[in-house]
Amino acid sequence: MDNTVLIAVVSMGAIGVFFAAFLAFASTKFAVEEDPRVEAVQSILPGANCGACGQAGCSNFAAAVVAGEVPVYGCPVGGSETGDKIAEILGMEGSGGSGGKKAVAKVMCNGDDEKCKNKYRYIGVQDCVAASRMAGGGPKACEYGCLGLGTCVGVCPVDAITISEDGLAVIDEEKCIGCEKCVAACPKNVIRMVPYGQQVHVMCNNPEPGKIVRKKCEVGCIACKKCEKACKFDAIHVEGNLAKIDYEKCTECMECVKACPTYTIVGDLENRKIARILEDKCIKCTICKKNCPFEAIEGEVKQPHRVLEDICVGCGVCYEKCPKDAIEMIGSKVEKNKNSKEAV
Amino acid sequence: MELLLLFISTVLINNFVLSRFLGICPFLGVSKKLEVAFSMGLAATFVMTLSAIATWLIQHYILMPFGMERFLQYVAFILVIASLVQFVEMFLKKNSPALYQSLGIFLPLITTNCAILGLALLSALNGYGLVTSTVFGFGAGVGFTLAISAMAGLREAMEFGDVPVPFKGVPITLITAAIMSMAFLGFSGLIAM
Repeated sequence: MDNTVLIAVVSMGAIGVFFAAFLAFASTKFAVEEDPRVEAVQSILPGANCGACGQAGCSNFAAAVVAGEVPVYGCPVGGSETGDKIAEILGMEGSGGSGGKKAVAKVMCNGDDEKCKNKYRYIGVQDCVAASRMAGGGPKACEYGCLGLGTCVGVCPVDAITISEDGLAVIDEEKCIGCEKCVAACPKNVIRMVPYGQQVHVMCNNPEPGKIVRKKCEVGCIACKKCEKACKFDAIHVEGNLAKIDYEKCTECMECVKACPTYTIVGDLENRKIARILEDKCIKCTICKKNCPFEAIEGEVKQPHRVLEDICVGCGVCYEKCPKDAIEMIGSKVEKNKNSKEAV
Repeated sequence: MELLLLFISTVLINNFVLSRFLGICPFLGVSKKLEVAFSMGLAATFVMTLSAIATWLIQHYILMPFGMERFLQYVAFILVIASLVQFVEMFLKKNSPALYQSLGIFLPLITTNCAILGLALLSALNGYGLVTSTVFGFGAGVGFTLAISAMAGLREAMEFGDVPVPFKGVPITLITAAIMSMAFLGFSGLIAM
């Protein structure tokens, strides 16, 4: 009996050793050299495997980035921060993140239950796709607006979408990872990708002529082109009866917001930016004054410059033109008041 | 002739997946794409054939002479199979990274694939000789490849089919597997053994 145990142990041990040696040999023969950078890149990626970058998952993205097939700022979830880190790993200069501004989804409709009435009462399945197949494209007077039944809420992987009390889908800019799942799910195509942090938006998706839109919705774009005329930066144009902002050109001066008669263009007018001249850096060259499209800066050569706060719209042109970085843009009126108090 | 009969019966009549219900895990898991499924079948066939030979050798030259086949069979066979799977994994990682990626977790899971342990045990149970065992193992692998490839082909076709929403995904796959299994029962009249 003892003998059996001994034989069993020895024979199994021998088999084990044999296969171990075989595998050890095979592992050197078939060794694969992996780029350590791939693993490094993968470790800083969000790891959500959402596929928003166009790759199958984070590991594929990491491999593609190292291979140089996709840009380092290609991860829309991680945004510029992750892009900078990847650039660092790959030994490249970070472009400051400007190339990879995070894109977030936004519902381009402000026609809530009050402003855009329903044509009829819909009591069917609480789902936008189902409702949109009813007569007239759903119960809403406007066939292009947000139905607010929450199909997008269901597909959002990060719970960034809520339905407001007055029946509109609202996407939390902070939570949104830019995976575009809601964009694909929305039967009305009313969700668009916009740059993160962008405040000024045309909140309408209706391409019908102004006359018809006006009957359907209080806040619909009527294509009056007042915004086009108000914009000093050629950043907003009416195309197909709908104003469209070129986010590359938009400086968020919010002149269009002021001009829009239907309040379709939204922007936080109260909190728009304002320029401030840093006295100690200013060399009094009047470049800012010459460049200001709103004539909101006064001052002569070698005289102190001053920003006329009532006129300044915070477009940031002076900020970019100033050769000495003597102008800073203050985020909001609240901040402005705080700063001026400090000055006093 | 005997061997040919054994081969055909292993592939069609006693198909490991559809008649013995062994190796269902990769059968359902890796049958989304025909190409990947076929490669999985090849990997499994390779492991099955080799392990049929290796387990026969161990059974007849190590276990039986010392009378240990009753209690050491499982341990010894799993040891052999695990080593072979490791080897296949290394081989694929080196020679076909894309395939290695697409097989994913199912490749190491061949280790615990009951079809392979089942093959080793059945072969020992039926008292097959070395050549017979090898043919049996190869046939089992071919049968597995046939089943998983047919399944993948059907699933690829069904991607475009109008499947009722509650049946989409796993349910329709299971129903398909059941119907395929019934269809394979029809082969039982092919050979009288």
